Amino acid sequence: MDTAKLAVERLWKIYTGEKGREVVAIQDLSLAVYANEFVSLVGPSGCGKSTLLMMAAGLEPISAGDIVCDGKPVTGPGRDRGMVFQSYTLFPWLSVAENIRFALKKSKLTRPAQDALVAEHVRLVGLEGFEQAQPNQLSGGMRQRAAIARALVYKPQMLLMDEPFGALDAQTRLQMQELLLQVWQAQRTTVLFVTHDVEEAILLSDRIYVMTARPGRIKCEVRVDLPRPRNLLDTESQPQFAALRRQVLGLIREEAKA
Amino acid sequence: MTSDAVSRQPERPQLRKAPVRLLELRADLPRRWYVTVGVGFISLFLIAWIGVTAAQWVVPLFLPSPAAVLAELGSQVQDGTLWLDLWASVYRISVGWLVSTVLALPIGILMGNFQFFEGLFEPFVDLLRYMPAVAFVPLTILWLGVGDTQKFAILFIGIFFQEVLLIMDNVKNVPHDLIQVSYTFGLSKWEVLRSVILPAAMPGIWDTFRITLGWAWTYLVVAELVAANVGLGYRIMRAQRFLETDQIILGILVIGVLGLITDMFFKWSYRRLFPWVSKR
Repeated sequence: MDTAKLAVERLWKIYTGEKGREVVAIQDLSLAVYANEFVSLVGPSGCGKSTLLMMAAGLEPISAGDIVCDGKPVTGPGRDRGMVFQSYTLFPWLSVAENIRFALKKSKLTRPAQDALVAEHVRLVGLEGFEQAQPNQLSGGMRQRAAIARALVYKPQMLLMDEPFGALDAQTRLQMQELLLQVWQAQRTTVLFVTHDVEEAILLSDRIYVMTARPGRIKCEVRVDLPRPRNLLDTESQPQFAALRRQVLGLIREEAKA
Repeated sequence: MTSDAVSRQPERPQLRKAPVRLLELRADLPRRWYVTVGVGFISLFLIAWIGVTAAQWVVPLFLPSPAAVLAELGSQVQDGTLWLDLWASVYRISVGWLVSTVLALPIGILMGNFQFFEGLFEPFVDLLRYMPAVAFVPLTILWLGVGDTQKFAILFIGIFFQEVLLIMDNVKNVPHDLIQVSYTFGLSKWEVLRSVILPAAMPGIWDTFRITLGWAWTYLVVAELVAANVGLGYRIMRAQRFLETDQIILGILVIGVLGLITDMFFKWSYRRLFPWVSKR
């Protein structure tokens, strides 16, 4: 296998709480995400999976160890890594199109080229007709579609997603998983995806890292060999899906008990 | 597969009228009712005022009739005192409030964004903001004389220290995720401040403007209590000396109406400037 797109090497995150009490959030953790791979990170709540993602985004300082993206050590946020948050992060004073264009502020492309990129990504996430809508006129699912378009529009090397569908209702969640499958199948962007939803992780991923309870380490790596292209109905009805679900749920349950 | 009920086009039945419930917890009140009760209450208040004075239950010196207050308004409009007072007070308020705001805005923004500046200024501001502005009247006269500068100073002391903390909070209320996502687009911290934090904090800051301008009317009267020879507050104080209660009530009402107008202006412009803020 070629070199990793994102390599996390012997990573530590230690918080110093009140009265100097130390909390080890992540302990000596290593993982790798290869080019065009969709990798999920699952684990019991509080295991540090979101913290890991924030460090990969360069938004949280690293206590020890390294995160390397495309051969360059991560020292801060950068346009090589796009991020989608769980909370709604559209700028409420901008329309959908203006929000997506905002991510191109640092782009050297001409205005017409930017327009074309924005239009292309509006189409990609199925928001045609809503270009001029304000975020507060949109449903939660549509806001996350726009946020995904905004994170992809400047063509980052990889996408970091922190429970992007966690705040959505069950129906919308399923729709968004289908949408992300289609987008990913079309673009093959490298993705590191944090979720607590095991079925979501299996449906979307090539590999799943299961984390331990705090202090967070990699408990186990699960390869998802379900055929692609996938879709919700067919993929989830395969016996292999049920077996994987059972395996991963079991691993997490061991941790939740511990 | 679809059942009969879905495929046939049903006849639209007679619709039930939704009953108007005036006192339901958290329920919407029809607009018509909302306005009616509000206007009604003010009318009731006026009627009570007219009734009490017309029936002569109280001595006119204690509570003059609305007619007497209106007559006072008429004479002040005619001899021009009202306009002179109005101009003097509006000028003092505008300058006093603008000076406070022009200083509070950048300092509040710095304090909200950088803990360094919060640490630098907050203890000082906290100390000063509990000092009563009224008590500064004799000192400001001593320092600045009896001119308009002294009035600006009282307005400044009353407004600035509170305003700076309110603006700091407006800035701090900008969701952290909005800032973080902007960094992922490659923006520098100054670009994030200008393109994200300021537009996001602006509605809150606009509300702070509305609130602090409201306080300015209170501090105006305080500033004009002593050592003034024109102004709405001065008119009230002079009337007190001669027990001209109709003038006092007129002065209070004029200030009330002016305060209401500025408040309405800020609420109106808020809706025009920030249509994207979802209410409730």
